[in-house]
Amino acid sequence: MHGFAPSQRLSLGRKILQINWGLVLLITATAAVGIAMLYSAANGSWNPWATRQIARYGVGLVILITIALVDIRFWYRYAYLIYGILLVMLIAVEVVGSVGMGAQRWINLGVIKLQPSELMKVGIALALARYFHGVSAEDVRRIPYLLAPILMIGAPSALVLKQPDLGTALFLIMTGGAVFFVAGVRLWKFGLVFAAAGAAVPIAWSMLRPYQQKRIFTFLDPETDPLGAGYHILQSKIALGSGGLFGKGFMQGSQSHLNFLPEKQTDFIFTMLAEEFGMVGGLVLLGLYMLIMVYGFAISLRSRTHFGRLLAMGITSMLFLYVFINIAMVMGLIPVVGVPLPLISYGGTAMLTLMIGMGFLICTYIHRDVTISRHGGGDG
Amino acid sequence: MYKDSSRFKSFSRRVAFLGGGKVLLLSLLAGRMYQLQVIESDKYKTLADENRINLRLLPPPRGTIVDRYGRALAVNQENYRVTLVAEQVNDINTMLDTLSGIISLEDYERHRILREVRRRRGFVPVTVRENLDWRDVSRIEVNAPDLPGLSIEVGQSRQYPFAEDFAHVLGYVSAVSEKEVTGDPLLELPGFKVGKNGVERVFDLNLRGKAGNTQVEVNAVGRVIRELSRQEGQPGVDLRLTIDRDLQKLAADRLKEEKSASAVILDIHNGDVLALSSVPGFDPNEFVTGLSSKTWRRLINDPYAPLTNKAISGLYAPGSTFKMVVALAALEARIVAPDHRVFCRGHTQLGNARFHCWKRHGHGWQDMYDAHQNSCDVYFYDIAKRIGIDRIAAMATRFGLGTKTGIELPSEKGGVIPTRAWKKALIGTAWQQGETLISGIGQGFILTTPLQLAVMTARIANGGKAVLPRLIRAAEVDGKEEEPVFKDLGISKRSLDVVREGMNRVTNVQQGTAYRARISEEGMEMSGKTGTAQVRRISKAERDTRVLKNHERPWRERDHALFVGYAPSDNPRYAVSVIVEHAGGGSKVAAPIARDLLLATQKRDPANRTLAPAAAKAPAKSEEI
Repeated sequence: MHGFAPSQRLSLGRKILQINWGLVLLITATAAVGIAMLYSAANGSWNPWATRQIARYGVGLVILITIALVDIRFWYRYAYLIYGILLVMLIAVEVVGSVGMGAQRWINLGVIKLQPSELMKVGIALALARYFHGVSAEDVRRIPYLLAPILMIGAPSALVLKQPDLGTALFLIMTGGAVFFVAGVRLWKFGLVFAAAGAAVPIAWSMLRPYQQKRIFTFLDPETDPLGAGYHILQSKIALGSGGLFGKGFMQGSQSHLNFLPEKQTDFIFTMLAEEFGMVGGLVLLGLYMLIMVYGFAISLRSRTHFGRLLAMGITSMLFLYVFINIAMVMGLIPVVGVPLPLISYGGTAMLTLMIGMGFLICTYIHRDVTISRHGGGDG
Repeated sequence: MYKDSSRFKSFSRRVAFLGGGKVLLLSLLAGRMYQLQVIESDKYKTLADENRINLRLLPPPRGTIVDRYGRALAVNQENYRVTLVAEQVNDINTMLDTLSGIISLEDYERHRILREVRRRRGFVPVTVRENLDWRDVSRIEVNAPDLPGLSIEVGQSRQYPFAEDFAHVLGYVSAVSEKEVTGDPLLELPGFKVGKNGVERVFDLNLRGKAGNTQVEVNAVGRVIRELSRQEGQPGVDLRLTIDRDLQKLAADRLKEEKSASAVILDIHNGDVLALSSVPGFDPNEFVTGLSSKTWRRLINDPYAPLTNKAISGLYAPGSTFKMVVALAALEARIVAPDHRVFCRGHTQLGNARFHCWKRHGHGWQDMYDAHQNSCDVYFYDIAKRIGIDRIAAMATRFGLGTKTGIELPSEKGGVIPTRAWKKALIGTAWQQGETLISGIGQGFILTTPLQLAVMTARIANGGKAVLPRLIRAAEVDGKEEEPVFKDLGISKRSLDVVREGMNRVTNVQQGTAYRARISEEGMEMSGKTGTAQVRRISKAERDTRVLKNHERPWRERDHALFVGYAPSDNPRYAVSVIVEHAGGGSKVAAPIARDLLLATQKRDPANRTLAPAAAKAPAKSEEI
């Protein structure tokens, strides 16, 4: 609390030197894989996806560096404000959101269509990191101190669920849950939540839309309806499995290119990669993600502020959830929930969310030695 | 400071947990990849190929059918048809409504389409309409956006250029029915037709050929991307019939002058069927495209039975055409000699029953030649009584009556040649001698087909060889070209000469019953026998007053007119049999038709067309005498 801070204020030049260029390289490499796959998805054409994805990556990189260079204490100070703005945007989606893909998820800002529920993943990490930063190790064990953060997760999740987007709602809850976990919330409380969730399943089931119920049925037994609802999963498994160990070669994925594989440029892009580059290609991509996550863990543990540690873990967990949910989904391990593959799938908001998250991760790294007192207002 | 470090300790422990959990879950993903891409990879590779590779059958062209001189009787014609893939259509009824606005769809076509859609798998195309003309094709193409799932295909359809004249011989092809689906994938092709009758049915497998196939790569919506491999099928075998197209047409045209009739022309040596006609016929082309129920009802309710091939399935009492068999039975049994004489006073008495001759006041003294020439019934009552039914039946069987000839056509009938045992077994009562008498003039239980009568005549004419009719030479089917050798029936030349002389007198002696239907061209003279088959019983009361003339009775009660014959008389080559239903006497109606047919047949014989070839052939022919 009264700790000495050797480098509380850094010059812009030093900050730029401090940027974790290894991590940026990994991110760029992953995005490059994505662009190559989009090039293949368009049957060897830069249009319509690859060029736009490059542009998005460029914009994302600028945002990433901008966020990384801003003082972490600024982000600490305005964490709740940012969260609040995102919450208002989520409510706005309810009011003015236009209908897209059968669910209201977009705000049309004219230039881009913004999906606040995606950005909220970062928003929750920020707000929870700020909250638990100010709660002592003892207080974290007390239930009254948990009510506010539960509400922080609950409010946006409820809004997203109402859109209705079950996948993203669960995603938000799990991202928050990860922060809760590393913040030191007692394990039995997680157990309690799981038990409660289990009890709520029948109630939740009745609230699901028919298409959501169908997705779950389909997940449980995709082969029963190979031309109907189970088509996506089955075709994805066929494409993946037929890729074998080394794949069919770049742009040679017959299932993807003959359009048997649905949504090959978005949610099922991993399947196309695994068809064309085989298990080896899939593992290489998984390795890239793991390296980014290792950076995330290292940055988290290296940070001297609790806010930074929690934020880094929140962002890393978000990345993990993206990767795991998407890949598990296309391999038929979990139901189809519509989560994109980070940095690879075609789509603006997801790319933006990831780059913003990575920006916060690098920001934490640059400002790893900055300290912030329990009660806010940096020590320096 | 203490507090933060303890908090950091708890934090890093939790981070370690979380990290471990994440590694575990990512390993799960890697494991799943291994399972799908290595362990089960082969299964998914197969499924992927099934996805993308579509095996399509190439229907073989059906073999054509030609006459004995290679002239086309059944051919394939290119046609345009519109097909429908059910799974690409949301609501078939709505789509058919739209379509009927473009080409008029009859109700029966709709029913057939809906029935086929139900029966087949959703991706199998179903034929909506065949033989589209250019106007319909372009109308459908223009409206294609409103008609999803419909497409125009080029196919082949069967055509019978001579329509009804060959209907009974050729039969027809038509859509595969449910019970004919054997698992041969060819049968599931849209618009594939199988032989349903006649030669088309009997030789269906030969004509059908073997399907080829092509492997094509398709995308998710079934569009063909490229062809991967192609294996050509084997076209169906072309069949050459023994029929002479011109004779068949002539026979049909000649028979069409009557209401209901049939005729057969045979080569007496090798059994070649030169013409086999049954009138009225039907248009087999209508069956190919699918009959309307109205046409079908008209065909099956027609009293003249156009769908029946009367030449092979019509059963008639042979009447007087049977008398040669009775005479031969008597001669061969050596019970009567050719000079055996009987006095005909117009009837004969057996117990209380009186058996009438067709000539009310009798023929006077008759020997066997006279009895043939005049067709004297009393004479044959006499010899039938002397030899008994079983001898008559045995001789009739030797001449091919009462059993199927085995001609290459479906639904041939065997007929009936009664014996004592037959009656006992079938009816349960003992044979009556009166029944032997009426059998002696070809009435009573005896039933024969026109084809059998032609075979009988051929066997008399060819010197007692057991010739059998054929529509196709063996070489056409199995490649073994050899003239058939028929076994000798063991009838003495002496007996056959008597009967043939009797038949010669029928047409060539002025008093003969068919003298007016004689052939006067030298060297082409016809021998024959008339027959009049009674189809009702003439009551005593009617006979006492006056037997009604044929034209005074309703059509159904009139006698059948029959004639069997062969030519040339001195060196037989062709046999003919003609039956005109309910037309009256054989000499008036049937004999002139037979004359025309035999004359035309001989004139068409290559040996008779010009003098030079005839001379060249003469030595070979003389051996047959």
